[in-house]
Amino acid sequence: MTARTLAVVSAGLSTPSSTRLLADRLTAATVAALRERGDDATVEVVELRTHARDLADHLVTGFANGSLRAAIDTVVGADGLVAVTPVFSASYSGLFKTFFDVLDKDSLTGTPVLLGATAGTARHSLVVEHAMRPLFAYLRAIPAPTGVFAASEDWAGAGGVDAELARRIDRAAGELADLVAGRPSAKRPVDPFADVPSFEELLRGQ
Amino acid sequence: MQFGVFSVSDITTDPTTGRTPTEAERVQAIVTIAKKAEEVGLDVFALGEHHNPPFFSSSPTTTLAYIAAQTTRLQLSTATTLITTNDPVKIAEDYAMLQHLAGGRVDLMMGRGNTGPVYPWFGQDIRNGLPLAVENYALLRQLWDTDVVDWSGQFRTPLQGFTSTPRPLDGVAPFVWHGSIRSPQIAEQAAYYGDGFFHNHIFWPAEHTARMVEFYRRRYEHHGHGSADQAIVGLGGQVFVRRNSQDAVREFRPYFDNAPVYGHGPSLEDFSRETPLTVGSPQQVIERTLGFRDYVGDYQRQLFLIDHAGLPLKTVLEQLDVLGEEVVPVLRREFAALKPAHVPDAPTHASRVAARQATKEEVPA
Repeated sequence: MTARTLAVVSAGLSTPSSTRLLADRLTAATVAALRERGDDATVEVVELRTHARDLADHLVTGFANGSLRAAIDTVVGADGLVAVTPVFSASYSGLFKTFFDVLDKDSLTGTPVLLGATAGTARHSLVVEHAMRPLFAYLRAIPAPTGVFAASEDWAGAGGVDAELARRIDRAAGELADLVAGRPSAKRPVDPFADVPSFEELLRGQ
Repeated sequence: MQFGVFSVSDITTDPTTGRTPTEAERVQAIVTIAKKAEEVGLDVFALGEHHNPPFFSSSPTTTLAYIAAQTTRLQLSTATTLITTNDPVKIAEDYAMLQHLAGGRVDLMMGRGNTGPVYPWFGQDIRNGLPLAVENYALLRQLWDTDVVDWSGQFRTPLQGFTSTPRPLDGVAPFVWHGSIRSPQIAEQAAYYGDGFFHNHIFWPAEHTARMVEFYRRRYEHHGHGSADQAIVGLGGQVFVRRNSQDAVREFRPYFDNAPVYGHGPSLEDFSRETPLTVGSPQQVIERTLGFRDYVGDYQRQLFLIDHAGLPLKTVLEQLDVLGEEVVPVLRREFAALKPAHVPDAPTHASRVAARQATKEEVPA
């Protein structure tokens, strides 16, 4: 069995949060799907609410404090990512965006991501496609083809989850598991000084 | 080890009174601060260079020469000299002139400047920041180290048979530090030339400083200037000190909370934990500062930032009194006791002239 790490970024604000609920469903389904493919996954959850002040501080000071640094390292070092946001004003929340704003722009290159969003109404259902997917395309992450959107009514089925939502969750988790299982194991945060050119190269204008 | 203060020359409203000092007041205050630094026994005063409000120090050599005339022992430096937007010919001339007037009490710290709009005012582009720093400094070295220079490069009109005057005092150019917070290329540049490396050590966590200094030391050794622990390292730092630590925190908090760079962000307590900022008693400042050595090794120069964020002159002078009387004497003793004999002191004009003499005698012409 290959050991994988799965990072979960949840931008829900209330407790309990339907965003976290969706994140947990997506995560559990992904772990199960990875196990079917012979991989064992360790899950690390980053609740952005607990880093709300850390993120505001980062905007002002330009650096991540110790607590936020650990969260960032968790996310950029993972084999796969589950990223879930509530919909605010027709897009991802500012808190969700801020977390991805402070990442190094290359740090998620090639990372498989499962995108999820929650809202109070189904009229926001394309937010995964028109807002989240372009963000992760910019970051050159690899979003699974199926993104999962859940409105309030989707939590009303038997067992607390609508059967259609449950199917979408399983399909998306399977896609993420395929992306993760098909890849070499975890990249580590890169040493920023590893490829500094020598001064002779700098003098030659390289 | 050298101890001193550095100023970025900001004109900032005092948040406790709502009063903004005039340019005239701040210009005179900086001279008073420098003279006070010498009076209380500090070694170095370094002044920034900026070409945009809210800063006043556009012309550091004028200010430093004026200070040189009113001091006898104080080492004058910059924090930083813009190697990107200044003509290296002008830097060579201005600082050689200052070096003569100040009797050799001059070194300087190169920096790139991080304000995009400043570059085009001087015909440059911030996207060329690194190539400018590399090419301009290479020319500056030639202008100081070679009497007659033929030169052509990417950024400046070529020179044919040019001699920069005055020639450096005693044939020895001012010592150069290179300052950078996050660019390893600048640490590499400092290492290549065997120059000093200075880390601002204020805005970011100590791990960043440690990593940059470690890289500089490793490259210094690679380029053959000595062992890694003999590389010349300077650190900034930010302190606010009162006899009683609660008084220091209470008095400094409004300045911290409204400071131009990091204000309205983390709490003073969080920032003190995450960065080298120390607000407290003399003993706390001493302990924190001695701790810097644990992650950068034995180093040569410690500069404190004490006159920013709208702090009034009277407070700044009181800070200098406490630093001179209670903090720096202890730091001198403690750092000296810890430093191995093979680790050099910060270069001075006298030590560089002596070193040059020794090299000449070793290899007779």
